Amino acid sequence: MNNAAKNKLKDNLLKYFGILCTLSGLIALAIFIIDILMDGLQRLDWEFITSLPSRFPEKAGILTAWTGTVWVFCLTALIAIPIGVAAGVYLEEYNKKGALANLLEINIANLAGVPSIIYGILGLEIFVRILNLGGSLLAGSFTLALLILPIIIVATREAIRTVPKTIKEASFALGATKWQTISRQVLPASASGIITGVILALSRAVGETAPLIVIGALAYVPFVAKTPMDEFTILPIQIFNWVSRPQHGFIINAAAAIIVLLGFVFIMNGVAVYIRNKAQRKGQ
Amino acid sequence: MITSVIKEKKNSKGMQDKIKQNSIKLESENVGVFYGHKKVLQNVTMRIQANTVTALIGPSGCGKSTYLRLFNRMNDYIDNFRKEGDVIIDGNEIYKKGIEIEELRKTVGMVFQKPNPFPKSIYENVAYGLRIQGINKKSALDEIVEKSIKQAALWDEVKDDLKKNALTLSGGQQQRLCIARTLAVQPSVILMDEPASALDPISTARIEDLIYELKQNYTILIVTHNMQQAGRVSDHTGFFYLGELVEFGDTRQIFTNPKSEKTESYISGRFG
Repeated sequence: MNNAAKNKLKDNLLKYFGILCTLSGLIALAIFIIDILMDGLQRLDWEFITSLPSRFPEKAGILTAWTGTVWVFCLTALIAIPIGVAAGVYLEEYNKKGALANLLEINIANLAGVPSIIYGILGLEIFVRILNLGGSLLAGSFTLALLILPIIIVATREAIRTVPKTIKEASFALGATKWQTISRQVLPASASGIITGVILALSRAVGETAPLIVIGALAYVPFVAKTPMDEFTILPIQIFNWVSRPQHGFIINAAAAIIVLLGFVFIMNGVAVYIRNKAQRKGQ
Repeated sequence: MITSVIKEKKNSKGMQDKIKQNSIKLESENVGVFYGHKKVLQNVTMRIQANTVTALIGPSGCGKSTYLRLFNRMNDYIDNFRKEGDVIIDGNEIYKKGIEIEELRKTVGMVFQKPNPFPKSIYENVAYGLRIQGINKKSALDEIVEKSIKQAALWDEVKDDLKKNALTLSGGQQQRLCIARTLAVQPSVILMDEPASALDPISTARIEDLIYELKQNYTILIVTHNMQQAGRVSDHTGFFYLGELVEFGDTRQIFTNPKSEKTESYISGRFG
């Protein structure tokens, strides 16, 4: 075998190895999804979605869990979006560059890497105990909002950074104030980036379990939450609870609940991708 | 007797002020600019008459853009920017306390090197300067938008699709739109920072014609790399070199009979 042939062989080997690596993740996900679908689809019907939890697997439903997830999703969004976007705008547009700015930046990047259970403990101390919110939806949402704030802040800053300086200059040169320039030029131009980041952050929040278990979200809540001060459960906790039961029926229930949770997360990610693609097309 | 002299003096001073107001629009008095410790402009003294076009020429990095941006305080955004001396518009020092930058910029419009329309409709681009002043009445906006686009010699090309995104226009059209957008705020001074450097020759010619037209109503300060352009559009020319104003005078004099050797060698293309 001459050198050229050897190189060609190496080239091909690397190519096939790369394909294999790429597929490994996808194959694992596919096997998982097929397995879940096979277990759960039979159980997934209207009754399952609209039933309260029960001791009997065939009677148990996910009504409290998915309404809890929707509650948490909305409250977390309501808390985290304004704070996160405002902080991102401040850091990018108002904060003077310097040692303090660098420190802030490093800290926010670090916060994004703090394990979620730590946020749970923080939430337990601050929201549940000091602010006396108990194991309520509000306490849980505040905790999750803290958890995803760094992600939203970073996404907002990155989106704002893509707005050309020339646009800001043009706005200033016409006599616009800083806030007018931000609200009328910078934010609209970076909206798609911010929205994408926010959706991805929220879809992470929806899948979080650990911090909410720590603050005291319950697996068995026999009613649908009506106010933010009510106790609650969410889909991941319900799933976690069911898979730890010995009866096979609950395993099936867990699979069905996983399908619902995955559907929710996939739809949100899909929306994020759609918004991003649309913005990219507009940019071209 | 004495009182009448004083009176006369007062009168003549009043007259002078009036003449000054009528003729001198922009002034700089020993102006220097620092970025941090780096001095990028020094001792620039210039008086610019109203309703004239003044070209600022010189090699890259000579400070001409920095000088231009002093008049609408766009240098304020640069970290560690500091200036010394006085920058005066209509007799007022524009860096003193109490000057509202936003108000200043309504008087002093600016057109940038690269066309930079907002990613909005043609109409909204021109209306922007008015909307931020709180003018949202449709009839008022319609009138000023049309007038400004006409003034910028763009009306015939866009009148049928004012709702179209401004980014779909050609480069030359975009730049004229940016001029229209500036005119809509009704400034009395227009600063132009190499407004035609990114454009093709035909678009450039249109912008130059436009500058000539606008001179009737505005005082125009234009930075240009292109000496033929300076010669074509300006009444006065200032030549900057290494942060100093080397020579300032009638454009014809500068181009035919420069006093400084530096100016001559720049104009004849020996450097720059």
